[in-house]
Amino acid sequence: MAEIKLVNVSKTFDTEEGPVHALSDVNLSIHKGDIYGIIGMSGAGKSTLVRCLNFLEKPTSGDVIVQGVSLKSLNEKELREERKKISMIFQNFNLLMQKTVIDNVCFPMYLAHTPKAEARKKAMEYLRIVGLEDKANTYPSKLSGGQQQRVAIARALASKPEILLCDEATSALDPATTKQILALLKKINNELGITIVIITHAMDVVEDVCSHVAIMENGQVQESGEVETIFANPQSAVGKRLVLKDVRSEALAELKTDKTFRIVFDKQSAFEPVIANAILTFQTPINILGATTKNVHNQAKGEMIVGIPSGHEDEFVAYFKERGLNVEEVDING
Amino acid sequence: MDNQIISMIIQGVGETLLMVIASTVLGYILGLPLGIILTVSDKDGLKPNKTLYKILDVIINILRSVPFLILLIILIPVTKMIVGKSYGTIATIVPLTVSAFPFIARMVEQSLKEVDPGVIEAAQSMGATNRQIVFNVMMVEAKVSLITGTTIVFASILAYSAMAGALGGGGLGDIATRYGYYRREEQIMWVSVIILVVMVQIFQSLGMLLAKKMDNKKK
Repeated sequence: MAEIKLVNVSKTFDTEEGPVHALSDVNLSIHKGDIYGIIGMSGAGKSTLVRCLNFLEKPTSGDVIVQGVSLKSLNEKELREERKKISMIFQNFNLLMQKTVIDNVCFPMYLAHTPKAEARKKAMEYLRIVGLEDKANTYPSKLSGGQQQRVAIARALASKPEILLCDEATSALDPATTKQILALLKKINNELGITIVIITHAMDVVEDVCSHVAIMENGQVQESGEVETIFANPQSAVGKRLVLKDVRSEALAELKTDKTFRIVFDKQSAFEPVIANAILTFQTPINILGATTKNVHNQAKGEMIVGIPSGHEDEFVAYFKERGLNVEEVDING
Repeated sequence: MDNQIISMIIQGVGETLLMVIASTVLGYILGLPLGIILTVSDKDGLKPNKTLYKILDVIINILRSVPFLILLIILIPVTKMIVGKSYGTIATIVPLTVSAFPFIARMVEQSLKEVDPGVIEAAQSMGATNRQIVFNVMMVEAKVSLITGTTIVFASILAYSAMAGALGGGGLGDIATRYGYYRREEQIMWVSVIILVVMVQIFQSLGMLLAKKMDNKKK
Protein backbone atom coordinates (compact mmCIF):
# COMPACT_ATOMS: atom_id res chain seq x y z
CA MET A 1 0.00 0.00 0.00
CA ALA A 2 1.23 3.40 -0.87
CA GLU A 3 2.03 5.73 2.01
CA ILE A 4 0.57 8.67 0.12
CA LYS A 5 -1.64 8.30 -2.92
CA LEU A 6 -2.98 11.16 -4.99
CA VAL A 7 -6.04 10.26 -6.98
CA ASN A 8 -7.06 12.58 -9.82
CA VAL A 9 -6.20 15.66 -7.76
CA SER A 10 -7.19 18.94 -9.38
CA LYS A 11 -7.09 22.41 -7.87
CA THR A 12 -8.52 25.52 -9.44
CA PHE A 13 -8.16 28.98 -7.93
CA ASP A 14 -10.75 31.61 -8.72
CA THR A 15 -8.91 34.85 -9.28
CA GLU A 16 -10.01 38.22 -10.60
CA GLU A 17 -8.53 37.31 -13.97
CA GLY A 18 -10.60 34.14 -14.09
CA PRO A 19 -9.95 30.58 -12.94
CA VAL A 20 -6.35 29.37 -12.63
CA HIS A 21 -5.82 25.63 -12.93
CA ALA A 22 -2.95 25.07 -10.51
CA LEU A 23 -3.25 21.28 -10.65
CA SER A 24 -5.02 19.14 -13.20
CA ASP A 25 -5.62 15.51 -12.66
CA VAL A 26 -2.51 14.58 -10.71
CA ASN A 27 -1.97 10.92 -9.83
CA LEU A 28 1.01 9.85 -7.76
CA SER A 29 1.98 7.05 -5.40
CA ILE A 30 4.61 7.65 -2.76
CA HIS A 31 5.78 4.64 -0.81
CA LYS A 32 6.97 4.28 2.75
CA GLY A 33 10.62 5.20 3.10
CA ASP A 34 10.83 7.04 -0.22
CA ILE A 35 12.51 10.36 -0.56
CA TYR A 36 10.23 11.64 -3.24
CA GLY A 37 11.20 14.74 -5.19
CA ILE A 38 8.63 16.89 -6.90
CA ILE A 39 10.39 19.21 -9.29
CA GLY A 40 9.24 21.92 -11.63
CA MET A 41 9.82 25.52 -12.60
CA SER A 42 8.03 28.17 -10.56
CA GLY A 43 4.34 28.21 -11.38
CA ALA A 44 4.32 24.51 -12.20
CA GLY A 45 1.93 23.84 -9.31
CA LYS A 46 4.32 22.03 -6.99
CA SER A 47 3.70 24.27 -3.96
CA THR A 48 -0.03 23.76 -4.36
CA LEU A 49 0.57 20.04 -4.72
CA VAL A 50 2.51 19.74 -1.46
CA ARG A 51 -0.22 21.66 0.38
CA CYS A 52 -2.76 19.21 -0.95
CA LEU A 53 -0.81 16.41 0.74
CA ASN A 54 -1.86 17.68 4.18
CA PHE A 55 -5.00 19.44 2.94
CA LEU A 56 -3.72 22.92 3.79
CA GLU A 57 -5.16 23.38 0.31
CA LYS A 58 -8.24 21.33 -0.33
CA PRO A 59 -8.31 19.94 -3.86
CA THR A 60 -11.18 21.11 -6.03
CA SER A 61 -11.65 17.50 -7.03
CA GLY A 62 -9.91 14.21 -6.40
CA ASP A 63 -8.63 12.79 -3.14
CA VAL A 64 -5.44 12.24 -1.17
CA ILE A 65 -5.07 8.92 0.63
CA VAL A 66 -2.54 8.92 3.47
CA GLN A 67 -1.84 5.48 4.94
CA GLY A 68 -5.18 4.30 3.66
CA VAL A 69 -7.11 7.26 5.09
CA SER A 70 -8.97 9.45 2.63
CA LEU A 71 -8.31 13.05 3.70
CA LYS A 72 -11.43 14.18 1.87
CA SER A 73 -13.60 12.10 4.18
CA LEU A 74 -12.27 13.74 7.37
CA ASN A 75 -13.90 16.59 9.26
CA GLU A 76 -11.84 19.53 10.52
CA LYS A 77 -11.01 17.91 13.84
CA GLU A 78 -9.98 14.58 12.34
CA LEU A 79 -7.95 16.44 9.74
CA ARG A 80 -6.03 18.30 12.45
CA GLU A 81 -5.21 14.98 14.10
CA GLU A 82 -4.09 13.50 10.77
CA ARG A 83 -1.84 16.52 10.15
CA LYS A 84 0.16 15.66 13.27
CA LYS A 85 1.47 12.65 11.34
CA ILE A 86 2.54 14.86 8.46
CA SER A 87 5.14 17.46 9.38
CA MET A 88 6.20 20.25 7.10
CA ILE A 89 9.23 22.52 6.69
CA PHE A 90 9.33 25.67 4.60
CA GLN A 91 11.54 27.86 2.46
CA ASN A 92 11.45 30.67 5.02
CA PHE A 93 11.68 28.34 8.04
CA ASN A 94 8.57 29.94 9.63
CA LEU A 95 9.78 29.78 13.21
CA LEU A 96 8.19 31.73 16.04
CA MET A 97 10.63 34.62 16.25
CA GLN A 98 9.52 35.65 19.75
CA LYS A 99 10.16 32.20 21.21
CA THR A 100 13.45 30.51 22.02
CA VAL A 101 14.75 27.62 19.94
CA ILE A 102 13.63 25.05 22.49
CA ASP A 103 10.17 26.59 22.81
CA ASN A 104 9.86 26.40 19.03
CA VAL A 105 10.70 22.71 19.11
CA CYS A 106 8.30 22.19 22.01
CA PHE A 107 5.50 24.00 20.18
CA PRO A 108 3.85 20.99 18.50
CA MET A 109 4.08 19.09 21.80
CA TYR A 110 2.45 21.99 23.66
CA LEU A 111 -0.32 21.96 21.05
CA ALA A 112 -0.82 18.30 21.93
CA HIS A 113 -0.85 19.20 25.66
CA THR A 114 2.35 17.32 26.47
CA PRO A 115 3.56 18.28 29.98
CA LYS A 116 6.24 20.96 29.83
CA ALA A 117 9.06 18.99 31.46
CA GLU A 118 8.52 16.01 29.20
CA ALA A 119 8.27 18.22 26.10
CA ARG A 120 11.52 19.99 26.97
CA LYS A 121 13.33 16.72 27.51
CA LYS A 122 12.19 15.39 24.16
CA ALA A 123 12.95 18.70 22.47
CA MET A 124 16.57 18.40 23.60
CA GLU A 125 16.75 14.99 21.93
CA TYR A 126 15.48 16.42 18.66
CA LEU A 127 17.89 19.34 18.91
CA ARG A 128 20.68 16.80 19.39
CA ILE A 129 19.62 15.02 16.20
CA VAL A 130 19.94 18.27 14.23
CA GLY A 131 23.12 19.24 16.08
CA LEU A 132 21.86 22.37 17.82
CA GLU A 133 21.52 21.35 21.47
CA ASP A 134 23.81 24.22 22.47
CA LYS A 135 21.42 26.76 20.94
CA ALA A 136 18.36 25.69 22.95
CA ASN A 137 17.91 29.00 24.73
CA THR A 138 18.83 31.26 21.83
CA TYR A 139 16.26 33.19 19.81
CA PRO A 140 15.93 32.28 16.11
CA SER A 141 16.95 35.77 14.95
CA LYS A 142 20.44 35.01 16.25
CA LEU A 143 20.78 31.93 14.03
CA SER A 144 21.88 31.57 10.43
CA GLY A 145 19.46 30.36 7.77
CA GLY A 146 20.83 26.84 7.89
CA GLN A 147 20.54 26.72 11.68
CA GLN A 148 16.98 28.05 11.54
CA GLN A 149 16.08 25.30 9.09
CA ARG A 150 17.62 22.76 11.49
CA VAL A 151 15.40 24.10 14.26
CA ALA A 152 12.43 23.79 11.89
CA ILE A 153 13.43 20.18 11.23
CA ALA A 154 13.69 19.47 14.96
CA ARG A 155 10.25 21.04 15.39
CA ALA A 156 8.92 18.92 12.54
CA LEU A 157 10.26 15.78 14.24
CA ALA A 158 8.67 16.74 17.57
CA SER A 159 5.24 15.60 16.47
CA LYS A 160 6.71 12.15 15.69
CA PRO A 161 5.65 12.33 12.06
CA GLU A 162 5.61 9.48 9.60
CA ILE A 163 5.82 11.86 6.67
CA LEU A 164 7.87 15.02 6.25
CA LEU A 165 6.98 17.54 3.57
CA CYS A 166 9.71 19.95 2.50
CA ASP A 167 8.53 22.99 0.57
CA GLU A 168 11.59 24.50 -1.14
CA ALA A 169 13.36 23.91 2.16
CA THR A 170 16.82 24.65 0.76
CA SER A 171 15.96 27.39 -1.72
CA ALA A 172 16.92 30.19 0.66
CA LEU A 173 20.24 28.57 1.58
CA ASP A 174 23.71 28.68 0.03
CA PRO A 175 25.05 25.56 -1.73
CA ALA A 176 27.19 24.33 1.19
CA THR A 177 24.34 24.72 3.70
CA THR A 178 21.97 23.09 1.22
CA LYS A 179 24.25 20.04 1.18
CA GLN A 180 24.21 19.84 4.99
CA ILE A 181 20.44 20.13 5.22
CA LEU A 182 19.99 17.49 2.53
CA ALA A 183 22.39 15.19 4.37
CA LEU A 184 20.33 15.71 7.52
CA LEU A 185 17.13 14.84 5.67
CA LYS A 186 18.78 11.72 4.32
CA LYS A 187 19.81 10.74 7.84
CA ILE A 188 16.29 11.27 9.17
CA ASN A 189 14.91 9.15 6.35
CA ASN A 190 17.46 6.46 7.04
CA GLU A 191 17.41 6.31 10.81
CA LEU A 192 13.82 7.19 11.61
CA GLY A 193 12.23 5.71 8.50
CA ILE A 194 10.29 8.88 7.79
CA THR A 195 8.93 9.22 4.27
CA ILE A 196 10.07 12.54 2.82
CA VAL A 197 8.55 14.59 0.04
CA ILE A 198 10.82 17.31 -1.32
CA ILE A 199 9.49 20.15 -3.42
CA THR A 200 12.21 21.91 -5.36
CA HIS A 201 13.10 23.67 -8.58
CA ALA A 202 16.71 22.46 -8.43
CA MET A 203 17.67 19.22 -10.15
CA ASP A 204 20.82 18.92 -7.99
CA VAL A 205 18.63 18.54 -4.92
CA VAL A 206 16.71 15.69 -6.54
CA GLU A 207 19.88 14.01 -7.80
CA ASP A 208 21.51 14.32 -4.41
CA VAL A 209 18.90 12.82 -2.10
CA CYS A 210 15.78 11.64 -3.86
CA SER A 211 14.98 8.04 -4.66
CA HIS A 212 12.01 8.96 -6.83
CA VAL A 213 10.95 12.05 -8.69
CA ALA A 214 7.89 13.51 -10.33
CA ILE A 215 8.44 16.25 -12.87
CA MET A 216 5.71 18.86 -13.04
CA GLU A 217 4.71 21.43 -15.59
CA ASN A 218 1.50 23.39 -16.04
CA GLY A 219 -0.12 21.69 -13.07
CA GLN A 220 0.46 18.21 -14.42
CA VAL A 221 2.94 15.45 -13.72
CA GLN A 222 4.86 15.06 -16.97
CA GLU A 223 6.79 12.02 -15.87
CA SER A 224 7.66 10.20 -12.68
CA GLY A 225 9.77 7.29 -11.56
CA GLU A 226 13.13 6.40 -10.06
CA VAL A 227 15.64 9.21 -10.13
CA GLU A 228 18.36 7.08 -11.76
CA THR A 229 16.08 6.09 -14.61
CA ILE A 230 14.93 9.62 -15.27
CA PHE A 231 18.42 11.04 -14.96
CA ALA A 232 19.71 8.55 -17.52
CA ASN A 233 16.82 8.86 -19.87
CA PRO A 234 14.35 11.69 -19.43
CA GLN A 235 11.28 11.31 -21.62
CA SER A 236 9.26 14.49 -21.30
CA ALA A 237 10.31 17.82 -22.75
CA VAL A 238 10.49 19.43 -19.32
CA GLY A 239 12.35 16.41 -17.96
CA LYS A 240 14.99 16.77 -20.66
CA ARG A 241 15.21 20.47 -20.00
CA LEU A 242 15.78 19.92 -16.26
CA VAL A 243 18.27 17.07 -16.63
CA LEU A 244 20.20 18.81 -19.36
CA LYS A 245 20.19 22.24 -17.86
CA ASP A 246 23.89 21.97 -16.94
CA VAL A 247 24.62 20.88 -20.46
CA ARG A 248 22.69 23.42 -22.41
CA SER A 249 24.40 26.70 -22.91
CA GLU A 250 24.99 29.20 -25.63
CA ALA A 251 28.71 28.76 -25.29
CA LEU A 252 28.36 25.06 -25.92
CA ALA A 253 26.01 25.63 -28.84
CA GLU A 254 28.70 27.79 -30.43
CA LEU A 255 31.17 24.92 -30.30
CA LYS A 256 28.69 22.57 -31.82
CA THR A 257 29.32 21.41 -35.34
CA ASP A 258 27.92 17.93 -35.53
CA LYS A 259 24.93 16.19 -34.07
CA THR A 260 25.29 16.03 -30.31
CA PHE A 261 24.63 13.09 -28.04
CA ARG A 262 24.45 12.70 -24.29
CA ILE A 263 26.04 9.57 -22.87
CA VAL A 264 25.33 8.45 -19.33
CA PHE A 265 27.46 5.78 -17.73
CA ASP A 266 27.84 4.27 -14.29
CA LYS A 267 30.52 2.46 -12.33
CA GLN A 268 30.45 -0.70 -14.46
CA SER A 269 30.62 0.96 -17.85
CA ALA A 270 33.21 3.49 -16.74
CA PHE A 271 35.82 0.74 -16.49
CA GLU A 272 36.37 0.30 -20.18
CA PRO A 273 37.68 3.27 -22.18
CA VAL A 274 34.62 3.09 -24.44
CA ILE A 275 35.06 6.40 -26.24
CA ALA A 276 38.68 5.77 -27.12
CA ASN A 277 37.89 2.25 -28.27
CA ALA A 278 35.03 3.51 -30.43
CA ILE A 279 37.28 6.06 -32.10
CA LEU A 280 39.88 3.36 -32.81
CA THR A 281 37.24 0.97 -34.11
CA PHE A 282 35.62 3.40 -36.56
CA GLN A 283 38.76 5.43 -37.30
CA THR A 284 36.67 8.57 -36.88
CA PRO A 285 37.38 11.22 -34.24
CA ILE A 286 34.49 12.43 -32.14
CA ASN A 287 34.33 15.70 -30.35
CA ILE A 288 33.92 15.78 -26.55
CA LEU A 289 32.00 18.93 -25.73
CA GLY A 290 31.54 18.40 -22.04
CA ALA A 291 31.85 15.83 -19.32
CA THR A 292 31.02 15.58 -15.66
CA THR A 293 30.44 13.08 -12.90
CA LYS A 294 27.62 13.26 -10.39
CA ASN A 295 26.37 11.45 -7.38
CA VAL A 296 22.84 10.45 -8.27
CA HIS A 297 21.00 8.85 -5.39
CA ASN A 298 24.21 7.43 -3.92
CA GLN A 299 25.53 6.17 -7.27
CA ALA A 300 28.36 7.69 -9.25
CA LYS A 301 27.07 8.68 -12.66
CA GLY A 302 29.13 10.03 -15.53
CA GLU A 303 27.66 12.31 -18.10
CA MET A 304 29.30 13.22 -21.38
CA ILE A 305 28.25 15.36 -24.30
CA VAL A 306 29.85 14.43 -27.59
CA GLY A 307 29.58 15.64 -31.16
CA ILE A 308 29.65 12.82 -33.73
CA PRO A 309 30.46 13.67 -37.38
CA SER A 310 27.49 13.19 -39.71
CA GLY A 311 27.23 9.85 -41.38
CA HIS A 312 28.80 8.08 -38.39
CA GLU A 313 26.05 8.64 -35.79
CA ASP A 314 24.36 5.28 -36.18
CA GLU A 315 27.48 3.14 -35.84
CA PHE A 316 28.69 5.05 -32.79
CA VAL A 317 25.31 4.96 -31.07
CA ALA A 318 25.00 1.23 -31.73
CA TYR A 319 28.53 0.66 -30.40
CA PHE A 320 27.82 2.57 -27.16
CA LYS A 321 24.48 0.87 -26.63
CA GLU A 322 26.07 -2.54 -27.05
CA ARG A 323 28.34 -1.66 -24.14
CA GLY A 324 25.46 -0.78 -21.91
CA LEU A 325 25.73 2.99 -22.11
CA ASN A 326 22.75 5.25 -22.26
CA VAL A 327 22.94 7.34 -25.43
CA GLU A 328 20.51 9.90 -26.69
CA GLU A 329 20.63 12.69 -29.18
CA VAL A 330 20.18 16.03 -27.48
CA ASP A 331 19.60 19.60 -28.46
CA ILE A 332 22.12 21.68 -26.59
CA ASN A 333 20.97 25.08 -27.76
CA GLY A 334 20.66 27.11 -24.55
CA MET B 1 0.58 78.89 44.32
CA ASP B 2 -1.09 78.07 47.61
CA ASN B 3 -1.59 74.68 49.08
CA GLN B 4 -5.21 74.52 48.06
CA ILE B 5 -4.36 74.82 44.40
CA ILE B 6 -1.53 72.30 44.68
CA SER B 7 -3.81 69.73 46.28
CA MET B 8 -6.40 70.47 43.61
CA ILE B 9 -3.84 69.74 40.90
CA ILE B 10 -2.75 66.54 42.63
CA GLN B 11 -6.37 65.47 42.79
CA GLY B 12 -6.65 66.36 39.08
CA VAL B 13 -3.70 64.11 38.27
CA GLY B 14 -5.35 61.30 40.20
CA GLU B 15 -8.66 61.78 38.42
CA THR B 16 -6.98 61.88 35.02
CA LEU B 17 -5.03 58.70 35.74
CA LEU B 18 -8.18 56.97 36.97
CA MET B 19 -10.13 57.96 33.86
CA VAL B 20 -7.40 57.03 31.43
CA ILE B 21 -6.40 53.75 33.01
CA ALA B 22 -9.99 52.61 33.55
CA SER B 23 -10.96 53.52 29.99
CA THR B 24 -7.90 51.81 28.53
CA VAL B 25 -8.60 48.63 30.47
CA LEU B 26 -12.31 48.64 29.60
CA GLY B 27 -11.46 49.62 26.04
CA TYR B 28 -9.21 46.56 25.71
CA ILE B 29 -11.78 44.27 27.28
CA LEU B 30 -14.11 45.24 24.42
CA GLY B 31 -11.58 46.10 21.72
CA LEU B 32 -9.20 43.16 21.95
CA PRO B 33 -11.80 40.44 21.23
CA LEU B 34 -13.28 42.66 18.54
CA GLY B 35 -9.86 43.10 16.92
CA ILE B 36 -9.34 39.34 17.02
CA ILE B 37 -12.76 38.70 15.45
CA LEU B 38 -11.95 41.23 12.72
CA THR B 39 -8.64 39.51 11.95
CA VAL B 40 -10.09 36.03 11.97
CA SER B 41 -13.17 36.87 9.88
CA ASP B 42 -11.36 38.95 7.24
CA LYS B 43 -10.99 37.41 3.79
CA ASP B 44 -7.46 36.13 4.39
CA GLY B 45 -8.24 35.25 8.01
CA LEU B 46 -8.46 31.87 9.70
CA LYS B 47 -12.21 31.69 9.28
CA PRO B 48 -13.36 34.19 6.67
CA ASN B 49 -16.87 35.52 7.19
CA LYS B 50 -17.63 38.37 4.80
CA THR B 51 -20.92 39.43 6.41
CA LEU B 52 -19.61 39.49 9.97
CA TYR B 53 -16.49 41.39 8.94
CA LYS B 54 -18.49 43.97 6.97
CA ILE B 55 -20.94 44.60 9.83
CA LEU B 56 -18.18 45.07 12.43
CA ASP B 57 -16.16 47.14 9.99
CA VAL B 58 -19.06 49.56 9.41
CA ILE B 59 -19.91 49.87 13.13
CA ILE B 60 -16.30 50.62 13.97
CA ASN B 61 -15.99 53.16 11.20
CA ILE B 62 -19.14 54.94 12.35
CA LEU B 63 -18.01 55.07 15.98
CA ARG B 64 -14.57 56.24 14.92
CA SER B 65 -15.90 59.07 12.77
CA VAL B 66 -18.13 60.65 15.43
CA PRO B 67 -16.14 63.52 16.99
CA PHE B 68 -15.43 62.83 20.66
CA LEU B 69 -17.20 65.95 21.91
CA ILE B 70 -20.38 64.94 20.06
CA LEU B 71 -20.07 61.35 21.32
CA LEU B 72 -19.85 62.71 24.85
CA ILE B 73 -23.18 64.53 24.38
CA ILE B 74 -24.93 61.69 22.54
CA LEU B 75 -23.95 59.25 25.27
CA ILE B 76 -25.31 61.34 28.16
CA PRO B 77 -28.44 59.14 28.58
CA VAL B 78 -26.33 55.98 28.44
CA THR B 79 -23.85 57.35 30.93
CA LYS B 80 -26.68 58.37 33.26
CA MET B 81 -28.10 54.86 33.01
CA ILE B 82 -24.79 53.19 33.84
CA VAL B 83 -23.21 55.57 36.35
CA GLY B 84 -26.26 57.42 37.64
CA LYS B 85 -25.02 60.86 36.58
CA SER B 86 -23.57 62.39 33.45
CA TYR B 87 -20.69 64.45 34.85
CA GLY B 88 -17.61 63.80 36.91
CA THR B 89 -14.65 61.50 36.62
CA ILE B 90 -16.44 58.16 36.79
CA ALA B 91 -19.11 59.24 34.32
CA THR B 92 -16.47 60.30 31.80
CA ILE B 93 -15.08 56.77 31.70
CA VAL B 94 -18.18 55.71 29.71
CA PRO B 95 -17.72 57.95 26.65
CA LEU B 96 -13.95 57.50 26.84
CA THR B 97 -14.35 53.73 26.68
CA VAL B 98 -16.86 53.96 23.85
CA SER B 99 -14.52 56.13 21.84
CA ALA B 100 -11.47 54.00 22.67
CA PHE B 101 -12.64 50.47 21.95
CA PRO B 102 -13.19 50.79 18.18
CA PHE B 103 -9.79 52.47 17.93
CA ILE B 104 -8.26 49.65 20.00
CA ALA B 105 -9.98 47.03 17.81
CA ARG B 106 -8.34 48.58 14.75
CA MET B 107 -4.93 48.71 16.42
CA VAL B 108 -5.21 45.06 17.45
CA GLU B 109 -6.40 44.06 13.98
CA GLN B 110 -3.46 45.82 12.41
CA SER B 111 -0.96 44.24 14.82
CA LEU B 112 -2.31 40.74 14.31
CA LYS B 113 -2.35 41.11 10.54
CA GLU B 114 1.37 41.90 10.59
CA VAL B 115 2.11 38.36 11.78
CA ASP B 116 3.95 36.39 9.08
CA PRO B 117 1.37 34.19 7.31
CA GLY B 118 4.07 31.54 6.94
CA VAL B 119 4.25 31.05 10.70
CA ILE B 120 0.48 30.67 10.82
CA GLU B 121 0.64 28.15 8.00
CA ALA B 122 3.33 26.23 9.89
CA ALA B 123 1.06 26.05 12.94
CA GLN B 124 -1.81 24.84 10.75
CA SER B 125 0.43 22.15 9.32
CA MET B 126 1.05 20.96 12.89
CA GLY B 127 -2.67 20.53 13.45
CA ALA B 128 -3.17 23.65 15.59
CA THR B 129 -6.75 24.79 16.16
CA ASN B 130 -7.72 28.34 15.24
CA ARG B 131 -7.91 29.19 18.93
CA GLN B 132 -4.36 27.92 19.46
CA ILE B 133 -3.19 29.89 16.44
CA VAL B 134 -4.73 33.11 17.73
CA PHE B 135 -3.46 32.81 21.29
CA ASN B 136 -0.22 30.84 20.92
CA VAL B 137 0.99 32.16 17.59
CA MET B 138 -0.56 35.48 16.59
CA MET B 139 -0.71 37.14 20.01
CA VAL B 140 2.81 35.95 20.81
CA GLU B 141 4.36 37.06 17.54
CA ALA B 142 2.47 40.36 17.61
CA LYS B 143 3.18 41.21 21.25
CA VAL B 144 5.64 44.00 20.52
CA SER B 145 3.29 45.67 18.11
CA LEU B 146 0.40 45.22 20.57
CA ILE B 147 2.42 46.95 23.30
CA THR B 148 3.42 49.90 21.14
CA GLY B 149 -0.24 50.09 20.09
CA THR B 150 -1.24 50.39 23.74
CA THR B 151 1.04 53.35 24.31
CA ILE B 152 -0.57 55.13 21.36
CA VAL B 153 -4.03 54.29 22.68
CA PHE B 154 -3.06 55.59 26.10
CA ALA B 155 -1.86 58.94 24.75
CA SER B 156 -5.04 59.39 22.69
CA ILE B 157 -7.29 58.64 25.64
CA LEU B 158 -5.33 61.08 27.74
CA ALA B 159 -5.96 63.78 25.14
CA TYR B 160 -9.67 62.92 25.01
CA SER B 161 -9.90 62.93 28.80
CA ALA B 162 -8.68 66.51 28.79
CA MET B 163 -11.39 67.36 26.26
CA ALA B 164 -13.98 65.71 28.47
CA GLY B 165 -12.79 68.04 31.19
CA ALA B 166 -14.39 70.93 29.34
CA LEU B 167 -17.81 69.34 29.93
CA GLY B 168 -17.36 68.79 33.64
CA GLY B 169 -15.44 65.56 33.32
CA GLY B 170 -12.97 66.21 36.08
CA GLY B 171 -9.22 65.71 35.94
CA LEU B 172 -6.51 68.01 34.67
CA GLY B 173 -8.44 69.00 31.56
CA ASP B 174 -11.24 70.25 33.79
CA ILE B 175 -8.82 72.33 35.84
CA ALA B 176 -7.11 73.74 32.77
CA THR B 177 -10.42 74.80 31.22
CA ARG B 178 -11.92 76.18 34.40
CA TYR B 179 -8.93 78.23 35.41
CA GLY B 180 -7.46 79.05 32.04
CA TYR B 181 -10.61 79.72 30.03
CA TYR B 182 -13.23 80.90 32.52
CA ARG B 183 -11.08 82.58 35.14
CA ARG B 184 -8.12 83.66 33.03
CA GLU B 185 -5.67 82.23 35.57
CA GLU B 186 -3.24 81.16 32.98
CA GLN B 187 -0.57 80.00 35.40
CA ILE B 188 -2.77 77.15 36.63
CA MET B 189 -3.72 76.27 33.07
CA TRP B 190 -0.10 76.00 32.04
CA VAL B 191 0.79 73.86 35.03
CA SER B 192 -2.01 71.46 34.13
CA VAL B 193 -0.97 71.36 30.49
CA ILE B 194 2.66 70.69 31.36
CA ILE B 195 1.66 67.86 33.67
CA LEU B 196 -0.43 66.34 30.86
CA VAL B 197 2.51 66.58 28.46
CA VAL B 198 4.84 64.99 30.99
CA MET B 199 2.34 62.16 31.58
CA VAL B 200 2.18 61.41 27.84
CA GLN B 201 5.98 61.43 27.67
CA ILE B 202 6.33 59.10 30.62
CA PHE B 203 3.84 56.57 29.30
CA GLN B 204 5.24 56.75 25.81
CA SER B 205 8.77 56.09 27.09
CA LEU B 206 7.66 53.32 29.42
CA GLY B 207 5.72 51.65 26.62
CA MET B 208 8.60 51.82 24.19
CA LEU B 209 11.03 50.55 26.80
CA LEU B 210 8.76 47.62 27.60
CA ALA B 211 8.30 46.85 23.89
CA LYS B 212 12.05 46.88 23.35
CA LYS B 213 12.66 44.67 26.35
CA MET B 214 10.10 42.16 25.22
CA ASP B 215 11.19 42.00 21.59
CA ASN B 216 13.13 38.77 21.24
CA LYS B 217 13.55 39.32 17.53
CA LYS B 218 16.05 42.09 18.18
CA LYS B 219 17.84 40.48 21.11
